[in-house]
Formats: sequence, C-alpha cells, structure tokens
Amino acid sequence: MSAIVDGIDSTIGYADDRLSSAGFLKRNLKKVFPDHWSFMLGEIALYSFIILLISGVYLTLFFKPSMTEVVYNGSYTILKGVKMSEAFASTLNISFDVRGGLLMRQIHHWAALFFIASISVHMCRVFFTGAFRKPRELNWVVGTLLLITGILEGFAGYSLPDDLLSGTGLRIAEGIVQATPILGTYVSFLLFGGPFPGNDFIARLYTVHVLLVPGLILALITAHLMMVWYQKHTQFPGPGRTEKNVVGYPLMPVYMAKAGGFFFVVFGITTLLSALVTINPVWMYGPYVPDQVTAGSQPDFYIGWLDGAVRLMPNWEINLWHHYTLSLNIMIPAMIIPGLLFTGIALFPWLESWVTGDKRVHHILDRPRNAPTRTALGVGTIAFYGMLWLSGGNDIIATTFTIPFNTITWVLRFAIFIVPPLAFIVTRRFCVSLQRRDHDKLLHGRETGRILRHPSGEFTEIHASISDAERAVIMSKQDIIPIASPLASDAHGVRNPAGVIGRVRAGLSRFYYGPNIALPTAAELEAAATHLEHEAHSAVPVIEREARLEVTGGGGVLRDPGPDGQSGHNH
Amino acid sequence: MNAIAANRRHPAAAYVVLLLALVSVGALYAALATPSRAATAIGSSTQVDQGKSLFAEGCSSCHGLNAQGSGVGPSLIGVGAAAVDFQVGTGRMPLAQQGAQAVRKASIYSDTERAALAAYVASLAPGPEIPSASMVDAANADLARGGELFRTNCAQCHNFAGRGGALTNGKMAPSLMNATPTQIYEAMITGPESMPKFGDGTMPVQDKQDIINYVHNLQNSPNQGGAALGRLGPVTEGLILWTVGLGLLIAAAAWIGAKAR
Repeated sequence: MSAIVDGIDSTIGYADDRLSSAGFLKRNLKKVFPDHWSFMLGEIALYSFIILLISGVYLTLFFKPSMTEVVYNGSYTILKGVKMSEAFASTLNISFDVRGGLLMRQIHHWAALFFIASISVHMCRVFFTGAFRKPRELNWVVGTLLLITGILEGFAGYSLPDDLLSGTGLRIAEGIVQATPILGTYVSFLLFGGPFPGNDFIARLYTVHVLLVPGLILALITAHLMMVWYQKHTQFPGPGRTEKNVVGYPLMPVYMAKAGGFFFVVFGITTLLSALVTINPVWMYGPYVPDQVTAGSQPDFYIGWLDGAVRLMPNWEINLWHHYTLSLNIMIPAMIIPGLLFTGIALFPWLESWVTGDKRVHHILDRPRNAPTRTALGVGTIAFYGMLWLSGGNDIIATTFTIPFNTITWVLRFAIFIVPPLAFIVTRRFCVSLQRRDHDKLLHGRETGRILRHPSGEFTEIHASISDAERAVIMSKQDIIPIASPLASDAHGVRNPAGVIGRVRAGLSRFYYGPNIALPTAAELEAAATHLEHEAHSAVPVIEREARLEVTGGGGVLRDPGPDGQSGHNH
Repeated sequence: MNAIAANRRHPAAAYVVLLLALVSVGALYAALATPSRAATAIGSSTQVDQGKSLFAEGCSSCHGLNAQGSGVGPSLIGVGAAAVDFQVGTGRMPLAQQGAQAVRKASIYSDTERAALAAYVASLAPGPEIPSASMVDAANADLARGGELFRTNCAQCHNFAGRGGALTNGKMAPSLMNATPTQIYEAMITGPESMPKFGDGTMPVQDKQDIINYVHNLQNSPNQGGAALGRLGPVTEGLILWTVGLGLLIAAAAWIGAKAR
C-alpha cells in the first residue's frame, strides 16, 4: 500500500511544481472507490459512448444526410443503377468504398446497442441494491433521462441510412405521432415537412442525431459523474464498512489503471464483435421505397418492447362523430405504456420512501433479499418487459419454432397480465427464504457436514460459526418499522382529515415490509454463540481422531492407528 | 308448350331462363374454345397411364380417384403440370400430415415418376406447363432490377434475403434458400398455398427471370459484414448482443473486479 501512496505523492509533486495544484490533486487523486464487478456496468455505458463519439465522427466525414434522389453507381454491383436517396447511397459508399467504413459502421451500431444494454443492466444493479435511495434520487432521475435520450438517439441513428428497414421504422414512428389526439396530424406534418416521407426529414434527423441529442447526453453524463464524485460511490456491506466511510482503492493509480484498462477491453470486445458479426446489412435491405416492406421488419432491441406492445394490442379505435379517431390501438401501447413505465421508474425513489417512511441517508447498499418487495417489483417489471420483447419478435419465433403466430399473440396477451405478478410472488418468496437462511446462519452457524455420534446413540451434525465477514454482511440488514396507521379520530372524536391517505400509506408500508424476517436480538445471538462454542468443544475429539485417520485400500478404508500411533486394529 | 306458357309468369321463371342461358353459353364456349396449350402439354399415353396409376396409389386418397378433389384435398383438374412438378418436386406432396402448411422435404418420387404424375394431371385439363430451361435461364437477367422486383413483390412475405417469414395461423412463407430456378418460376405461375399467382400478364417472363437471378444471387452471395446471423434482422442481432456481447463484457468486469482481492 505504501508503494501506492508514494506513487500518488510523486505524481502530485510533478504537477504541483508546474501547476500549483497539489491541494486539488491530493484531494481528488486519493479519492477512494469501492471495488465490485457490478460497479463497472455503468462504465461500460460510458466507454460505449466514447466509442460512439469516435466512430460517429468518422462516419460524419462520409455520410450525406440528403433525400436527393441519385442513381447508385458504386462498387456494390447488385444495386448498380437503382434510384435511391443520397443518404442511402452514401451509406453504401461507407460500407463498400470507404477504407474501414464497414467496420466503423458496425462498431458504431454495436456500440450503440452496448450503450443502451449496459445502461439497462447498470440501472438494474442500482435498483436492486437500493443505490437510488437518499441522497442519490436525483442521480437516478438523470440516469433514467440518459436511458430515454439513449433510446431516442439510437432510433434516430437507425433511421438515418434510409434503407428499407429504417424507412419502415420511420413509417411506424409517423403512425405513433399521428395517433396523438388532436395534435397528431399537425405534428407529423411539421416533423416531415409535409406528407410522409417528404424530402426534409433525414436532414433534420441528422442534426438531432449528431448535435442535439449527443449534446444532451454529454451534459447528462457530466452531471451524472459529478454527482457520483461529489456524493461518493455506494458500497456493499462488509466488515469495517459504515455509512460514514468508503472502503476501496484510491483513484490513482489502482482505480485509474482498472478503469483505463477496462476502456480498452470494452473497445476491444466491441471491435471484435464488429469485425466478426454483421449488424444492419443495409445493402441487403435496399433503399427505402414506401410501397416496399420486408417480412420480419423489427427495430433494434431497445425499441423491440414497444413494437411488441403494439403487436400485442387489440385493434381498438374510437371514432367520434365520424370525424375524430382516437387510436387506442397505438396510443395505449406506444404512448401510455412507455409513459407510465418511465414515469414510474423516474419517481420510484420518492414513491418508495413515501411508502417506507425511510428518509435516512444510505451509502451502504441493500442486499436484494433484504428488500423483498422492491426486488420482486423489479423482477416483475423485467418480466413485463420480457413479455413485450417476446411479442416484438413473434414472427421470428413463429418461423423458428413453427408455432402459429396467432397462438403466440394470444398466449402473450394473457401472459402479460399473469407472468409479471407471478414473477413478483415467486421472487418475494425467494428473498424471504434467503433471509430465513441468513437468520439460521446467525443462530446456528453453518453446517460443517460432520456427523457426531453420541454415546447415547444420537447423531448430530456439527455446526461452526460463520466468518466475521459473512456475519458483517448479514448483520447489515437495517431495522425496519412499517409506518403506523394514523388514528381515524382523536380522543375527542374529531375525524382525522389525513386519515384516509395515511391508512393507505400504512397499508402499503405493511405490504412493503410485511414478509421481512427480523434480525435476532442481542440475547439470542449471545445464546447462539455460547451454544456453538459448546458444540465446537464437544466436537474436538472427533476432529482430532479424524486427523489421525489413514486412508488405505485406494481410499475405500479408513484405518485408525490408535491413540498412541500403534495400530488399533488386529484383524 | 301449354305448360310453359301457363308458367311463364311464375316468380321463378326469370331465374330458370337465366340459368338456361348461362348453361348454354358455357356449353357453347366449351365446345368452341380450342384447348391450344393442353394439346402440347399432354405427354405420351403410356406416360399418362403410368401417372394415373401412381396417382391412384399416392394421391387419390385426398384428391379423389379422378383428381376431382375431396373434403381433405382440392381438385387438381386444371392445376397444370407446373403445379405438380412444384409440389412433388419440393417434397410438399404427398403430405406427411394435414396441417396449416405443407413443408419442404425430400421428394419420394423419381424424376420420371414426377414427370408421369405431371403428365397425368395435365391430361385432365389445360393448365400452366413446366417452364422450359430457356424460360428460367437468367443469362439476360438484370440483377439490380430483380432486386427491386423482389423487394416490391416477394420480400413482404419471404423477407429481404429470402429467408422466409411468418403468415397467419401457422402458415408461413418458406425460405427460398433451396429453391431451384424452375421451382421459383413454377411457384410464381401456380401460386402454391398462400402465395398469389404472378401470371405473365402481371409479371412478364423477363421480370420472372430477373427475380430468379436475384434469388440465385441471395443463395450464393457472400456475407460482407461477417457472420450473417441468419439474415433475419435485428432480433438475432439483439440476441447475440445480450448473450455473447454483454456476456463477454460482464465476464471482463468480473475478472477485473476479482483481481483486486
């Protein structure tokens, strides 16, 4: 450790001689980060974004965001002489005539998928460990906004090449815009500069994709990281870890080396995948023509669940006075469901603390099992998302597994209401069982697998007390007290005006905390320790005897040489 | 004559006259119209006889002894030799079992037997003939135009790369990866199962040849971007991302995280 500190000091000294920055650097380079693999998931997203910036800049050098019709005359002979937009022609040019262009396109596209996938997984980690709790609620909201802007940015990029698939995607996006009550048609005309597809949209989308949204993402990432820096990283429970310290390694050099190295690992894996596996072969799709479409038209995975929701929705429409159509068939799956989901995600920290009444500051993470209801809510939501994903790929599933398309749709129409609650119940039950197991470990120790036969003939298994590290982790569970229901009326019989909401809140709080298993009391723990010590004592002769045993006969026979080393057996 | 005169104002009289008129016009048409193509399509009488006995053995249980159709199989009168060559040549007929879709499998008939079956069905009534080698020859085909025609007419069911796609209630547009030029041509002129018919009026022979050439190209084209993942679009790409891609990254994170202990 002293070598590390020396390393930091020499670095700070070098900079201070030139920049007088010792104070700043000393404070920040020695900043400690806790270590856990799951804390690096957010880093994958950050590095993917850097890869996206680098590869994206390269692509802008050759991409022409124009809907002007041209006749293709490049080296991909299969499309030679075909009329297409300049946007599509330049994408073909990047793929076949620009040096490294196809690799760059594939790196850009794979990195975009990594960006959103890693944000999603990172968010799951933050959710299931309760890292969003006070004081980090605002950073959770910034993270949610990053997910939403990431999805928008991805969809914009997917649409730019103006190939058959992206044009189909835009056509659906246009339909969703038009489904907005009252405003839909106007907004659609405004966006596309007239009827779909028009001549303006690609150029407009380009500005959104390379300037507006990336700028927004960059600003949000900056805010996100500054908040992490200022609030310090959370840590998992363990010996010596408290709400007031951070146990880990200093930024310089350990964490910097790890994080820097991980950047290259991420870049390397992205490049490897891009070099080996095709993504979005636009030359196969051909240019977008509004009267063409391909079977199996799908969006990228992060839009797939919305596409799935649209596919699942029955075709309900309300027609008012034969003049106004309310497209419930599009509005509910494509606007209301994502609206509710993202609002629920963004507001979850406040919703949870309202229900639990927990206003404490948390730097130690929850173990998912210790918050059974939250964990179950998360798994239920993932199940919901998963059902929509399956629905989004229903045609590919139908042909791959020869299941009728309609059967899949009908099964999923029921499953979307049945599976998430089921996942909730099962997960909550699992968490409680794990808590019970922890409880057992504290009181009875761990099972050693050694069976003791008493002189009375009774068999018992020897238990040993768990390690201090494990004990510290288990004991990290915080006391929880559900909110008490407010009195309906006071001593004078006056009705409590806050009674109804208060009772609802208390009910939710009981629901949230209901199944939790309380930690053993100090007296119980002491009794358990004494018992375990006694048990360990009674096991000493057995363990000593075991140590003397010789294994013979190819491991089949245990021979006891006797107490004084002589053979105890005379056969 | 009196009976007819007495009933001439009967409510059904007009319908009877209409029916008589339709029948007589139909009969006249059948008598006068020359079955020009049928004459050439009919093979030698021994071939037809062989086909008839093969038909009675392998096909008649569903299609009827005289190919007139039954409750479980359609009439084959007038489907032509091309339909037989396609259905039997791709192994779809005879069916292994009733279902939403006949699937491609190894054909149980030899080329001679298939030709005999086709000759027998063609002898029943005129219908589309098996295209000649020159008709499916793609020597003068325009690849780019074939691509445009394919994307306009075929891709909506068979997918952009001819890998097939789902239709309703268990039906599907099959993959074209094993289809021969003759089979593609036959499918276009006979419209098997859910597929629409593309007659020479709607799709000239040259267009068909362009499409055949494009499909041939799809069957043999290289994968410029690396592994093609079945050419099924973003679903398989997403699957690879979440399994292989993210799996590798998380394994790397776990490795880096674990080294510090």
